[in-house]
Amino acid sequence: MSKIIASAAIRGARKIYGQAEEFYAKACKEKGAQTAAAFPDTAYYLPMAHALLGLNIETVGQMRPVLDHARELLGPEPSGALWFPYLGTALDAGIATLLCEEIIMVLRYLYAQEPQKECNGFFSDTILRTLGIQLVDGRMPGFAAILGAAPDSDTAVKIVREFQKRSIMVFVGSSTNGVSIIDQLMEKKVQMGWDSYIVPYGRDTVSAIYPLSWAIRGALTFGGLKAGQARKCLEYCKNRVFAFGVTLGEVDDEKYATGAGAINMGFPIIADTNIPEIKPTGICTYEHVVHELDHDSLVPRCIEVRGVKVSVSQLDIPVSYSAAFEGERVRREDTQVEFGSKYSTAFEFVHMKEMDQVEDGRIELIGPDIDTVNVGAALPLGIVVEIAGRAMHSDFEPLIERKIHDFLNYAMGVFHMSQRDIIWVRISKDAFASGLRLKHFGTMIHAQIHNLYSKIVDKVQVKIITDQAKVEAGLQEARKSYAQRDERILGMTDESVDVFYSCALCQSFAPNHICVISPERLGLCGAVSWLDGKVGYEIDPTGGNRPVKKTHVIDAEKGQWQEVNEFVYQSSNRTIEKVSLYSLMEDPMTSCGCFECILALIPEANGFMIVNREFNGMTPCGMKFSTLAGSVGGGNQTPGFLGVGRLYVLSKKFIAADGGLKRLLWMPKELKEFYRDRFGVRAKEVGVPNLLDLIADETVATSGEELVAHLQKVGHPALEMTALL
Amino acid sequence: MTDTIKQSADPAARAMIDKMKAASMGTAFDRHDEQGKRCPFGDQGTCCRICDMGPCRITGTKRGICGADAATVAARHLIRQVAAGASAHSDHGHDIVKTLKQVAKNEVQGYSIKSPERLIALAKEWGVATENREINAIALEVATLGLAEFNNQEGEIRYPALRAPAATVQNWRAHNLIPVGVEHEIVETLHRTHEGVDADYVNLLMHGLRTSMGDGWAGAMLATDFSDILFGTPQPVRSQVNLGVLKRDEVNIVVHGHEPTLSEMVVMASRDPELIALAKSKGAKGIMVGGICCTANEVLMRQGAPVVGNFLHQELAVATGAVEVMLVDVQCVMPALVEHAARFHTKLITTSKKAHIRGAIHIQFDETHALDIAKDIVRQAIENYPNRRAVDIPENKTDLVAGFTVQNTFTHLGGRYRASFRPLNDAIISGRLRGVAAVIGCNTVKKRQDESHQAMVRELIANDVLVVMTGCAATACAKVGLLQPEAAKQWAGKGLQEICETVGIPPVLHFGSCVDNSRILVALCEMSREGGLGDKLSDLPIAGAAPEAMCEKAIAIGFYCVASGAYVNYSPAMRVLGSKEVTKWLTEDVEKITGGKFNFEDDPVKAAHLMMAHMDKKRAALKLRPLMYSKSFLSETEAASVNDAVAPAPAPGGDHAAGIRRGCGGKAIAVDSVPAGTNCADCGATKEHV
Repeated sequence: MSKIIASAAIRGARKIYGQAEEFYAKACKEKGAQTAAAFPDTAYYLPMAHALLGLNIETVGQMRPVLDHARELLGPEPSGALWFPYLGTALDAGIATLLCEEIIMVLRYLYAQEPQKECNGFFSDTILRTLGIQLVDGRMPGFAAILGAAPDSDTAVKIVREFQKRSIMVFVGSSTNGVSIIDQLMEKKVQMGWDSYIVPYGRDTVSAIYPLSWAIRGALTFGGLKAGQARKCLEYCKNRVFAFGVTLGEVDDEKYATGAGAINMGFPIIADTNIPEIKPTGICTYEHVVHELDHDSLVPRCIEVRGVKVSVSQLDIPVSYSAAFEGERVRREDTQVEFGSKYSTAFEFVHMKEMDQVEDGRIELIGPDIDTVNVGAALPLGIVVEIAGRAMHSDFEPLIERKIHDFLNYAMGVFHMSQRDIIWVRISKDAFASGLRLKHFGTMIHAQIHNLYSKIVDKVQVKIITDQAKVEAGLQEARKSYAQRDERILGMTDESVDVFYSCALCQSFAPNHICVISPERLGLCGAVSWLDGKVGYEIDPTGGNRPVKKTHVIDAEKGQWQEVNEFVYQSSNRTIEKVSLYSLMEDPMTSCGCFECILALIPEANGFMIVNREFNGMTPCGMKFSTLAGSVGGGNQTPGFLGVGRLYVLSKKFIAADGGLKRLLWMPKELKEFYRDRFGVRAKEVGVPNLLDLIADETVATSGEELVAHLQKVGHPALEMTALL
Repeated sequence: MTDTIKQSADPAARAMIDKMKAASMGTAFDRHDEQGKRCPFGDQGTCCRICDMGPCRITGTKRGICGADAATVAARHLIRQVAAGASAHSDHGHDIVKTLKQVAKNEVQGYSIKSPERLIALAKEWGVATENREINAIALEVATLGLAEFNNQEGEIRYPALRAPAATVQNWRAHNLIPVGVEHEIVETLHRTHEGVDADYVNLLMHGLRTSMGDGWAGAMLATDFSDILFGTPQPVRSQVNLGVLKRDEVNIVVHGHEPTLSEMVVMASRDPELIALAKSKGAKGIMVGGICCTANEVLMRQGAPVVGNFLHQELAVATGAVEVMLVDVQCVMPALVEHAARFHTKLITTSKKAHIRGAIHIQFDETHALDIAKDIVRQAIENYPNRRAVDIPENKTDLVAGFTVQNTFTHLGGRYRASFRPLNDAIISGRLRGVAAVIGCNTVKKRQDESHQAMVRELIANDVLVVMTGCAATACAKVGLLQPEAAKQWAGKGLQEICETVGIPPVLHFGSCVDNSRILVALCEMSREGGLGDKLSDLPIAGAAPEAMCEKAIAIGFYCVASGAYVNYSPAMRVLGSKEVTKWLTEDVEKITGGKFNFEDDPVKAAHLMMAHMDKKRAALKLRPLMYSKSFLSETEAASVNDAVAPAPAPGGDHAAGIRRGCGGKAIAVDSVPAGTNCADCGATKEHV
């Protein structure tokens, strides 16, 4: 099948090469080889030749080696029988096409034939800088280059609007049977231009080089790559520029040839006609060439094939939505309706399905909505979230499910507690009055999952069930999964696992720093738990999270293992020889700079203080957070000082080798509030139930002397402990 | 008399066997019958002929005169076979390396460095300076280093550490499996197996693995690399296979044996206009040079020369009466050729100082006059053309595409700008392909000629396994069209079909001669390097088979594949079945050491299923996706027992498919990250980072 494509691409490349040679000869003859030729407003010469071949072409004559190279890249068309491998040949023909198209276009500029009427022409560096950064950093999810013409103008408009809706930049041009999508859109008075995200480049296929030459410049401008680093530039486009080509109508040889060039850049082609498909992956991230005959499905198909990650920026719900409402409680007297706890059956459940079984954005309410019951009533509730993703794995289900708590709590007037089949949800009278209904739960969950888990999730659909029988049925299903998961996660202690996970995500800031994350000690940034490390490793085995075995114990109390030490030594560029996971006095872990909190030794009080990043006042050790951070970070071991995640304080392994929780002397009031109840549980375990009250804060001590005085006054247990120094 | 239908799956072969029978010309097939049932002691590896007190025959717990038990005897004889096989490939490699050295010193005639790119790539790999140096100076240094690989006495041979994944190298080193030099390990094998030396079968077999590594990772690998440098790196070629390629109206020269050095020159001479004119003056329309055995594969891969047949075709080719000269060098050459040649006008010419046959014409090959000698031989063939008597050439011939290498696979998969193994790895990771199988080796009269190769390969490709082949095995499959790109549609499973359609390759890739099995090792290294398929060669979902094995070279190949971590189905079984311990070690225990092991299943389809079950086991351990279109060959209990702690579940497309952003970014993974909007876009930390 794809032999047809390869043949067409090679034929098309030969044709475009022929045109380039002809035009070149004409220009040499008429204008002279010494004549300057350049695109307007670019410092990248002929960008494709500059990026791929490292050439700085400024005159007509200097194009000769590019044409020679293009000719050399043109292999034979595959034979009818006993053909030779053609994929590589077709890809090479694609590169030749890009180089030749660029020459044709710059020569057109020389002859003042560009830009075409009503078209933008060459995309300048200015545009590249202003819009390009959004493209490579993900704010703009992607760009589509449309070639050809839709069957009718209305369809053309519909397709373009679908892209616009998703903030995807659309470049329109080329034509099919003499009709260009540009004219179709103009006929329908669609406003075009950079501001409206619809940019016409030209009415022939050769001019489709403009968006591609724009993309390749991104590799040089934003990727920091040098001219001539061809492969890296192409792979940068594949990995960072979420572009794809859409052909409308018949795909001729020139379009195939241009498409082959785009595929080299990792940009797949989606056609609306029944062309052969190339599904196996490798040059592009996913499929190379696909068709989607249904125009309604064309845009979603494009997004899927290119792996464009759509983020939902505007939540269409009638109440405010922010992390600020997370801790808000809805009192009984304010409650419009509630679910779960002792009042009704309720559960939430995330599970993965096959790609074709999930329709992204589909939100279904099964059963009565909240406007059908009396104020203060309880309804049964099942929140069933179905997810599909190419990189999705069932191990990720509980992680995502756990976040439903946040997703719902962020809504003003919604209260959510607990998880799984013990959830308790309330909706306030105010929220109800503002128009909040159950479907909005789906809206929030759908949007937030896309925003947080776009790396692994491609499609999300949500079912909100309030029909008692159906809730019961769904619950049975969910409970089976809960039980299976419990088996996996039960008893997660450092002793219960065979491996810890490293995290090297911050090595770009602190090259010698390496985090070792255990179930009972999360990453110092507070954002990476052991499970996250595991998931990170599973998603990308060569990425920042790697498993570290812990078979040979050196010192169980301090938390030293032979394999951990070996790993740290290797990963710290052979600077850190050993680390203790549970000590900050002896071989403590290094810190990158991203820590949530800093633990610091107070020698005169025989213990430690902890300060969080948000606290900008003075601390008893004589330094503010920012000063402390300077001495703790950077990947050095500094005994007595340690960057940690907030939640580490609540771990049974919290500086266990140095005396544990009872050594904590001081923390900002804000942090006390953060820990409050959970701290109580741990304090009881260590035998000092009122420990948090004994710990000083900025209201009683901001110097060493004040601190010691306070501790003596309240009788803090650290004073009686063995001397740290 | 056995029915010919049971002797060969090849109708051309059967026609010729019948014809030869009628003319009272005995072939290997007949001599096989004449030999009758083999001595069970010899057949099972428990006849010890090492010292002169014997021979001793060992049964059960009975011991030999010196006290050696069945395991000791079987292991000693087996590793001697390994040493012999390794010697064959390595001596071949040695001669090629030496030829390059002579080329570098301008001491030869007719040869040149056809692929300076390969030379420079190898020089860079070996740390030889290339900047501002004459190509001959580079060649001289590289060839000198290459020669030293054979007789090094300390350290280790250089390829393993340069090419294999680090974890595999580490494991080899931990088990002391990397040879110091090719020859030393062979010497040590002969010493260890001498009367009264090594009696521990495990210690013996471990040394067998070490010795074989000197073949795959040195002798054979050097042969391939240096042949590519001297004669050019193969590119896809079209050609034809089977006796029908012999021409009724042309001078037919059949080159048979293994080395490309002389045969390349003969092909060159056959294109000499003067000699073509001479042939025409004798009434011939031209000169056809075709090959048998691995010489055929060498000239097929680089010159597109047709393949007359595989090992069991050598006698049959002569019996067509259409062969003016059969030119042989080394290995797999049957002395029986002399008597057949005598019945026809065929001149049998031996050329190697190492391989004379009484009754044959010997023309000593000498690189310094290579082209003159080749021309002389071609001239003799032309002069012999008018002496033809009855000619009977079977019609059978089949088209094929050959000429695949590691180097060109990169560009076939990604073009020049994106040259890569990624599409192959992606295909495996995504479940389009189950894995890759190497089906290699000989023909044997103990099995129906070609049948096991063809049946096994058909079963594999039907179940989405990409097959790579070399040697006589490739010829067997070429005969039925499996090496044609069109074969994908006819025989391959849907996943493999999609890959073949995308890339334009046949479902079965011809990688060359039997020394070119080293290409397969390098391909595996590249798959591993491309990522997503584990960190050791033994993690890859691959398997090997020699379903019609007959010679010691095949045993050596099997050994180095197992040493490299591959599952290898070897049939007929090696002569070890008389020792339960040795059999168990080869088929079970060794897996714990190298990750690879042998299996001795004779039924080619069952063997294919076992190979695929092994691939499925590796897939499960790698947590790869379920196959898209094919069923699993893993039983449920096997599936459950696969250790799931081994590794990762990579997404196709590498890094980016999973959307991983490198650098400081707790947010980049599916983390329980802080609420959107409050974290640093780069590092996931709250507010500023230092």
